[in-house]
Amino acid sequence: MWFLGFVLLLLKTAIVLTILLGLAAYLILVERKLLGRFQIRFGPNRAGPFGIWQPIADGIKMILKEDTIPQGADRVVFKYAPAVVATVAILIAAVIPFSRDAILWGYDIPMVISDLNVGLLYVLALSSLSVYGVALGGWASNSKYSLLGGIRGAAQMVSYELPLGLSLVPVVMLAGSFSLVDIVNAQACYPFVVVQPIAFVIFLIAAVAESKRLPFDLPEAENELNAGYHTEFSGMRFALYFIGEYVHMMVLGALVAVFFLGGWRGPWLPPVVWLVLKALMVPFFLIWTRATLPRLRYDQLMHFGWKLLIPIALLNILATGAVMLWLRG
Amino acid sequence: MTLHGLIFYLLASVILASTGMAITRRNLVHAVLYLVFSFIGSALLFCLFGAPFLALLQVIIYAGAIMVVFLFIVMMVKPDLSEGTVLPLRQLLPMVLFGFMYAVVGVLVAVTDPAGRAVLETAVAKPTEFGHYVFARHYLAVEIISLILLIGLMGALHLGREKVPKEPEEPS
Repeated sequence: MWFLGFVLLLLKTAIVLTILLGLAAYLILVERKLLGRFQIRFGPNRAGPFGIWQPIADGIKMILKEDTIPQGADRVVFKYAPAVVATVAILIAAVIPFSRDAILWGYDIPMVISDLNVGLLYVLALSSLSVYGVALGGWASNSKYSLLGGIRGAAQMVSYELPLGLSLVPVVMLAGSFSLVDIVNAQACYPFVVVQPIAFVIFLIAAVAESKRLPFDLPEAENELNAGYHTEFSGMRFALYFIGEYVHMMVLGALVAVFFLGGWRGPWLPPVVWLVLKALMVPFFLIWTRATLPRLRYDQLMHFGWKLLIPIALLNILATGAVMLWLRG
Repeated sequence: MTLHGLIFYLLASVILASTGMAITRRNLVHAVLYLVFSFIGSALLFCLFGAPFLALLQVIIYAGAIMVVFLFIVMMVKPDLSEGTVLPLRQLLPMVLFGFMYAVVGVLVAVTDPAGRAVLETAVAKPTEFGHYVFARHYLAVEIISLILLIGLMGALHLGREKVPKEPEEPS
């Protein structure tokens, strides 16, 4: 029996990984296409119709590129830092429920790789570990652009982890559980975005900062730091950073869907389609802001996080607790 | 040996080895990294004992926050520590002293409760039980600790504040 469970687990993992990495690869194409349209040009359109083979061409190019390691770099740390970013982003997907439980030959099969009862903390723990990929990649490159990018990345990600975690406290209070499956089940009547709009906005902003996208892309600010922490990386190591970033965007989208938009719940369409549609809204929002907003200055970024987002998130927790107590009488 | 025991000894040796590496490295970034491995190893150990809540707190607080701040400082300051022996003499005394203290406490705990039931019971508590226990029984301690943290925060703010009054900005 345990063997069957193991096979099932492997199957679920394979399917989730395929969908996640496929979506992440095509997100790059979608981003380039959309950015092109936002800037009144076409975007990639040479590789196949509408440029649909572009991600594959990019992948082949990346594999064939020379893997350079700069002189004076810390070789071991340099080699493994990109893997941290990609691994951590992919591992978060393990706790995201993608459908209601399936009943197959009388067995109840949960449609999630692992329903941890502390799933939300697992998400926060992993996203706090992704700082190491950025900070160590920047440090190990032995280049001042990279080091500055790495330091900026570490400070920014540590700062924005706090509003990210605090904005989820009201969600846990409403759902009464850390489990992502329970959180989705608690949204059977209405999605939490209706009762927690402030937490939703804070989570979204903190998520943009966590994924280091414009207007918060100070760690890789092109006009002052070349490419920031991944300046010295080439070939597949650079591609791993890239994949990590886009997988992170997809995962953050799925988390927004699970915490605030009701997860896989929705009428008519199958649950998985709903989850993917909701999850894709966040990357689209990120691309749109990238094409629209200018980059913040670094002190503005820090002030915004510490002096605005964290106090509002704390007040939101207090208000939620007060209202919950009041409603219960 | 059961599978459980095998995993335990594997994890324990990883933790011991990485902690040993952490205290003997002269390269501070490598030392921080080994310490992170050690923390993640202890988190896995908590998982093995059936305490995922504690394990994830360990990762979030120690590996994800405190060690990142350490790494941040090491990267910013970049101290030159290439000279000197691995363990200078003036670090030896505090090391022996604290090591001895921890050894005494550890032996005492092991002698009074060989099966480790009391410790394990608190460790495997669910988040809800843990919250009820802490805020119902030990609210005074919680308040005192939060006050200390607030004082630390205010102290940091005071130290970070600029002493000199700002000069009027040049007209642009």
